[in-house]
Amino acid sequence: MDAFLLQVLNGLDKGSAYALIALGLTLIFGTLGVVNFAHGALFMIGAFCAVTLQRILNISTVTLDPTKTNFLGNPLQVRTPLVETWFGEAAGQALINWSVPLAILFAIPIMLLIGYVMERGLIRHFYKRPHADQILVTFGLAIVLQEIVKAFYGANPIPTPAPDIFTGSFDFGVLIGFAENVIIYPYWRLVYFAFSALIIGMVFAFLQFTTFGMVVRAGMADRETVGLLGINIDRRFTLMFGVAAAVAGLAGVMYTPINPPNYHWGMDFLVLSFVVVVVGGMGSLPGAVLAGFLLGILESFASTTWATTTIPGINQIIIYLVAIVILLARPRGLMGRKGVMEE
Amino acid sequence: MFGLDKADTRTFLFVIAITLLAPFILNPFPTDSALAQFNGGYPDLMQRFMIFGIFAVGFNILFGLTGYLSFGHAAFLGVGSYAAVWMFKLLSFNIIPAIALSILVTGLFSLAIGYICLRRSGIYFSILTLAFAQMSFAMAYSVLSNPSFNLTNGETGLQVYASDPQYLKGSGPDITHLFGLEMNATKTLEVGAWAFQFNTGFYVCAFFMIVAFYIAMRIFRSPFGLMLRAIKTNQTRLNYTGLNSRPYTLAAFVISGMYAGLAGGLLAAMDPLAGAERMQWTASGEVVLMTILGGAGTLIGPLLGAGFIKYFENIFSKINDNVLHTWFSLMPESIENFLVTIIHPFVGKGWHLTLGLMFMLIVIFLPGGLVDGGTRIWNKITGRNRTSPDVVASPKPAE
Repeated sequence: MDAFLLQVLNGLDKGSAYALIALGLTLIFGTLGVVNFAHGALFMIGAFCAVTLQRILNISTVTLDPTKTNFLGNPLQVRTPLVETWFGEAAGQALINWSVPLAILFAIPIMLLIGYVMERGLIRHFYKRPHADQILVTFGLAIVLQEIVKAFYGANPIPTPAPDIFTGSFDFGVLIGFAENVIIYPYWRLVYFAFSALIIGMVFAFLQFTTFGMVVRAGMADRETVGLLGINIDRRFTLMFGVAAAVAGLAGVMYTPINPPNYHWGMDFLVLSFVVVVVGGMGSLPGAVLAGFLLGILESFASTTWATTTIPGINQIIIYLVAIVILLARPRGLMGRKGVMEE
Repeated sequence: MFGLDKADTRTFLFVIAITLLAPFILNPFPTDSALAQFNGGYPDLMQRFMIFGIFAVGFNILFGLTGYLSFGHAAFLGVGSYAAVWMFKLLSFNIIPAIALSILVTGLFSLAIGYICLRRSGIYFSILTLAFAQMSFAMAYSVLSNPSFNLTNGETGLQVYASDPQYLKGSGPDITHLFGLEMNATKTLEVGAWAFQFNTGFYVCAFFMIVAFYIAMRIFRSPFGLMLRAIKTNQTRLNYTGLNSRPYTLAAFVISGMYAGLAGGLLAAMDPLAGAERMQWTASGEVVLMTILGGAGTLIGPLLGAGFIKYFENIFSKINDNVLHTWFSLMPESIENFLVTIIHPFVGKGWHLTLGLMFMLIVIFLPGGLVDGGTRIWNKITGRNRTSPDVVASPKPAE
């Protein structure tokens, strides 16, 4: 039982990332009818927003301290980050320490802008083109974005730590009556899960309870009629593209402390997220979220020693196997709607 | 001739001539001149032209004719390479059994994958093939290289060691050969300032490429090829006529998989190495790009695209800042430095950025590829309205 719970918890963080990316993919697909192969790249760019903010906050002035020497005997260089000189030492250090959560604020406008530019500049011209062309052009865009990031930040993973408050683990087992240190869970992963649940809730609430969201849902169901009613549906869909980009970007920002980001993150997550979307059912938002968590948890179960010794390498292929079975048994996916992306 | 009509015979003879004379055509600049870096006529690159030509021609049979966009063809290339290297390890360095096995194995492999993936069409198909290719990549990288069952040798890549059995080797040569003809044997012909290289491996590849091209041509002109085009044009209508289209698409998938296997086998035959990186999604994307760049659905397009990409990959990767500085050395220093800074991200290690940009530009502005562009320019010049017989007006993929 304890091992079971532990694996469920372990699967949650990866599952959250899958769910957030798949949610954005489905949003774009449902509103604009475009298959966005560059969505993984948006996730990656979000992660690098966090890296960028960390670097900005760490811009320092260098002064020589003659009283101390380094190991070569030269005067020690003391780096004082500018924020520390501006806001005082304690506040400055707190700012640097909290760079990842702060990057959320930094990333939202950037991702909205990137999404807006991408839709208006490129994707818009591909609505009338076949799906194959949409796939190809966004695939090309994914390569370009990834290479640009690589040119700026290099090919190595860049560590971006979480605030000190969140280091260490939370003893989850004690809460529900297990012995100490049986079910422990890193604080940051708990934060990540809560954060993604919040984002998912916000997206759904936005679509469900606002007039804007209602129009968007109506447009997803029948774009032409909504247009005939005199509503500029294209503008709203453009905004939804921006929202989807922001969701992917935020997923990336918060994922950086779990795993140091590097430039090919995008594609690593993209393939899996597509599988998630297919399993959840193309065009179904709840399906994408459900499948994201399910597959994340499944993957964590497949990574246990027991599973990998029984079937070596099962952790690498479990998601694909599930996808194949689902597609053969339930071609529409878990919660797919009728008539979406069928012949 | 060869069961082809007049225009096709002309195309075929043209391809043969270009291929056989490639060592001359690709070597237009004297060896010592500054432009020699643009020469493409050395064995390694010419072999790659042929091998990726085969790969793209095969991919075109699936994508160009049926409109099914596979994003996992690199997996077949990788499987072909692994099969060939295993033949080298077990039998001898003779390339014939190696290539035979790689075609056979990829044929079976693509039959299994195609059987599952072709249950869906449109983007589902693309995603499924991509997932399969990534799965194969992950497996080749980790699972299939555990000590008790080492099929792929993981990160190091599969290669032939002196301790391998090689049961049929006897006193045969220690490098890949065709009944004694060594693949890396090169004869150099020096004419004035030029040096032309004739490489056995290249001509072996060229032979396979010509055969593969001929078969592709016959498929294009056959009733089977017509059926595949019908699938691309309107699969629903085809189904309503009471025809089951799946055997046809499956056959096209397997054929194009076998082409990829042949290409993989030849890659291993030229250099007996096989690594998992050959199966990565970027490799799949590259063959898609080759086909689109040349012109999907045309006969000669994929060959052009493969040659174009491989040539520029090679040239662009070679250019570094020093080369750039020598190019622009005539200009004032500030402009020179400025130009070098501008171009720097796109050359050398930045080749992939150029590739991605090219990918986007081609899809946006020239979806018909080079062949289509050429036809349009030709029409402008001659004022005639000639459409290539292979380019179907406003192609639509199967969905």
